[in-house]
Amino acid sequence: MNKKLTFAAALLAATVMGGMANAKQLVYCSEASPAGFDPSPWSGGNDFDASSRTIYSRLVEFEHGKTTISPGLAESWTVSDDGLEYTFKLKSGVKFQTTDYFTPTRDLTADDVIFSFERQWKKENPWFEYLPGTGWEYFAGMGFPDLLKEVVKVDDLTVKFVLNKPEVAFLPDLGMDFASIVSKEYADQLEKAGTKEQFTQKPIGTGPFQFVDYQVDAVIRYQAWDGYFGGRQKIDDLIFAITPDPAVRAQKLKAGECDIMSYPAPADIAGLQADTNLKVDEQEGLNIGYMAYNTTQAPFDKVEVRKALNMAVNKQAIIDAVYQGAGQVAVNPIPPTMWSYNTSIKDDEYNPDAAKKMLEEAGVKDLSMKIWAMPVSRPYNPNAQRVAELIQADYAKIGVKAEIVSYEWTEYRERGKAKDRDGAFQLGWTGDNGDPDNFLFLLGCDAIGQSNYAIWCNQEFQDLLLKGKATTDVAERTKIYEEAQVVFKREAPWLTIAHSKVFMPMNKKVSGFVMDPLGIHRFDGVDVTE
Amino acid sequence: MLRFLLQKLALIVPTVIGISLAAFAFVRLLPGDPILAMAGERGVSPERYAELVVRFGYDKSYIVQYFNYIGNVLSGDFGISIATKRPVLGEFQALFPATLELATVALIIAVLIGIPAGIFAAVKRGSWFDQATMGVALTGYSMPIFWWGLLLIIFFSGYLGWTPVSGRIGLQYFFKPVTGFMLIDSLLSGKPGAFTSAFSHLILPSIVLATIPLAVIARQTRSAMLEVLGEDYVRTARAKGLAPRRVIGLHAFRNALIPVVTTIGLQVGTLMAGAILTETIFSWPGIGKWMIDAIGKRDYVVVQSGLLIIALIVMAVNLIVDVLYAVINPRIRVQ
Repeated sequence: MNKKLTFAAALLAATVMGGMANAKQLVYCSEASPAGFDPSPWSGGNDFDASSRTIYSRLVEFEHGKTTISPGLAESWTVSDDGLEYTFKLKSGVKFQTTDYFTPTRDLTADDVIFSFERQWKKENPWFEYLPGTGWEYFAGMGFPDLLKEVVKVDDLTVKFVLNKPEVAFLPDLGMDFASIVSKEYADQLEKAGTKEQFTQKPIGTGPFQFVDYQVDAVIRYQAWDGYFGGRQKIDDLIFAITPDPAVRAQKLKAGECDIMSYPAPADIAGLQADTNLKVDEQEGLNIGYMAYNTTQAPFDKVEVRKALNMAVNKQAIIDAVYQGAGQVAVNPIPPTMWSYNTSIKDDEYNPDAAKKMLEEAGVKDLSMKIWAMPVSRPYNPNAQRVAELIQADYAKIGVKAEIVSYEWTEYRERGKAKDRDGAFQLGWTGDNGDPDNFLFLLGCDAIGQSNYAIWCNQEFQDLLLKGKATTDVAERTKIYEEAQVVFKREAPWLTIAHSKVFMPMNKKVSGFVMDPLGIHRFDGVDVTE
Repeated sequence: MLRFLLQKLALIVPTVIGISLAAFAFVRLLPGDPILAMAGERGVSPERYAELVVRFGYDKSYIVQYFNYIGNVLSGDFGISIATKRPVLGEFQALFPATLELATVALIIAVLIGIPAGIFAAVKRGSWFDQATMGVALTGYSMPIFWWGLLLIIFFSGYLGWTPVSGRIGLQYFFKPVTGFMLIDSLLSGKPGAFTSAFSHLILPSIVLATIPLAVIARQTRSAMLEVLGEDYVRTARAKGLAPRRVIGLHAFRNALIPVVTTIGLQVGTLMAGAILTETIFSWPGIGKWMIDAIGKRDYVVVQSGLLIIALIVMAVNLIVDVLYAVINPRIRVQ
C-alpha cells in the first residue's frame, strides 16, 4: 500500500511540476499538426494558427476580433481613382526574427513584399515549385493570378500593386494568411545553401512569436520575438500541444495540462462551463450551413417547389438536436454579424400544410429526391447525416420521399458540382476576409462548376454582385448586398439552415484572448496570470 | 540452421512483392483524390489540377506508376508526402521510435502479466481465479480501445489526477531527441524529473495498448498449458515425485511455450493496429496516427510506403519468432 502511495505521489509530483516554469508560458491544445510553417501553400485553419498568425505579419491586419482591417506592415496606403493601383508605404525598421538558424542583415523592404507574392504567382520564380507540387491554392482560389498585373518596387519602403480590374475586397484579401510577408534574404540564403525545404521547416517572419522547435505530431514551441514591431508579447513561451481528440483536449484543459483549447465537442461544453477553474468564451461564427437545390433539374427549377421544400423543414428542431442550441436559424446567405446583413427579410415560415399545398399547386406529386450528407463534421454543420435524417422526416410529412446519400469527402464535393446532380446538397462556408462578397460569390454565375452547388445563375443577382465588386463606397455596397439578399430569398436556391456558434474554453488565468470571427486563433496580446 | 534461415528469407521476397502490390492498389481503390484532398475545401482550378496530376505522375497507367514506385523504393527513395512535402522515410524515422517504445512496453506488460496469469489459470483450472482471469481476459479482448482509453483518462487523469492526460513528456522538459525513445532520452537529458514524467506519460497508453494482447496471451497460455498438463510425460514426472513447481516450470511450460511464442509474434501486428487508435487518443506522435492522417488526406505516397515499411517490420519480427521456435524446439529445424 505504501509503495502504491509513493508511486502515486511521484506521478502527482511529476504532473504538478508541469505547471512550474520560470518563463511565462501559454499552452494551447490545438486540433491537428500543421502541414508546414510556410504560411502560403496550405489552407487549413490549423496551418494558419501555427504559421501565419504566430510567426508572420501582413501588409494589413484584421483588427482583433473584427473583420475590419488596420495597418500591419504597411503604415499607410493610397488607392488610385480607378481602383487599379494600391500603393503601400511600409513601416521602417521592421525586423525579421533572429534565430539560431538565421540572422537578418537588413530590415523589411519592398523586395520582401514582392517576393512574397511572386513566389506564389510566377511559375518562373525559383520558389514557385520549391515544395514538390505546391498548388498555392489560396492565392489561386482568391483569383490573384488574374487579378494582379504587377507588383512594383517604388523605393525600399514603398510598393505598388497594379490590378487588371478593380477589386473592392483587395485590402481585406491582403489581410489573409496566404498574403503573409516572408523574408527574401532568408530565401536567398537557403537557395544558396541548397536547402530550400527549410523555408517551411524553420520559418522566419516578422510576427509576434518566433519558431523554436517542432516535434512532429506532438508539440510546437515558440518564444516571444523581442524585436516585434508591435511590441514584445507579455507571455514568453507559446506552446501548441497537438491533441486531435476533442474529448482529450477537454480533459487536458481540466487537468491544467493546457491553458486554452480549440473546437470543443458540443457534448463537452456544459461540463467545461461548470468547471470553476475555466471560462468558456463564445461567439457567433462567421459561417453558414446550407442545402443547395440543383436549380437546373426539374422540379427544383421551379421557385415554388424550392420554397415549398424550405417551408417543410423545421429548422429550429435541427438547431436543437444537431447544434445542441449552439447556433441560430439562418435566414440569409450571410451571417447576421456581417455588415450589409438584411434584417428586414423574414424567413420562410415552417408550415408543412402550406408546403404540401404549394407542391400540389406546382403540379408535383409523389416526389422522390436525394439529400446529400457531408461525411465530415464542420463548425457550420456538425452532423450532416443527422440533419439529413431530420429533413427526410420533415419531407415525409408533405409526401416527399427522400433518400440520403454520402461519399468520401473529396468525391462528395466533386460529385456535387455535376450539372445533372440529383437532389439537394448540404454544405457550408466560413468567411475568409469579412467581406459580404466572400459569401455571396458562392452563388454567382462564375462559380458554377466550382462553389455554386445550386447551379443557379440569376441575372439580377449576378448584376448586383458585379455592381457590389465595382463600388468602393461601403454605404452603397451595403444597399446593393441588401438587395441581393432579397433576390436570394425570393428565388430560394438554398435552404439556409444555420449559423453556428463557436466556443473557446480556457483557464481563468488566461486574459486578453479575443475570439476571432474568421475562426483564427491569435495569441498576440494574450497574458497569463501566475 | 542456415538452410532454415535461407528458406524463411526466400519466402519473404514474394510476400514483400504481394504487400507492395496490395498497398499500392489499396490506396487507389479508396474513393477520393489526393490532389483534391491536398487542395482543401477551397478547391483548385482545372488547369492547376491537370498540372499537378502530371507533376505527381498520376496521368500514367497504374502499371507504370507501380514500377516507378518499386524502382524508387529499391533505390531507397520512399517518396515525398503529398500533404506535408516531407520525405516519407524521414517522417517514419522521426515517428517510429514513439510507436516502438509504446508497443514494446505494452508487449512487456502483456507478456509479464499474461503468461503467469495463463499458467495459474491452467494449474488452478475451474477455480475462482481461473474463472475470474478468463472473464477479465474476455472483457479485455472485447473492449473497444477508443472507449477504454477515454475511460482510463477520465478516471486516472481527470478524476484522480494520478497520470497525465496525453503526450509523451511534460511540456516543461525540452531537449533534442537522441534516440527517439523518450525513456532513454529523458535519462540522457540529465534533467531532474524528466524520466519520471516520461514514464508517467507511458502508463495509460501502454495499458490500453497491452489490453488485447494480454488477454490473448493469457488465454493462449492457459489452453496450451492445459493440453500439456494432460500429457503422459507430465504424469510421469509427477509420479517420479518431482516438485510441482519443477513439473510445471520445466516439463510443462517449456513445451507449452511454442504456441505462446507464436501468439506473441502475431501480437506485433495487433499492436501496430492498436497503436492507430491508442496514439490518436493519447496524442502519441507515432506511426499509427501518422497513417490515419495520411489515409484521411489520401496521401498515396505515405500510405503505400508506410504500409510497406510496417509490413517489412512485422515480417522481420515473425522471422525472429520462427528462429526462436527453432531454438526452443530443435525438431522444427529438422522439419
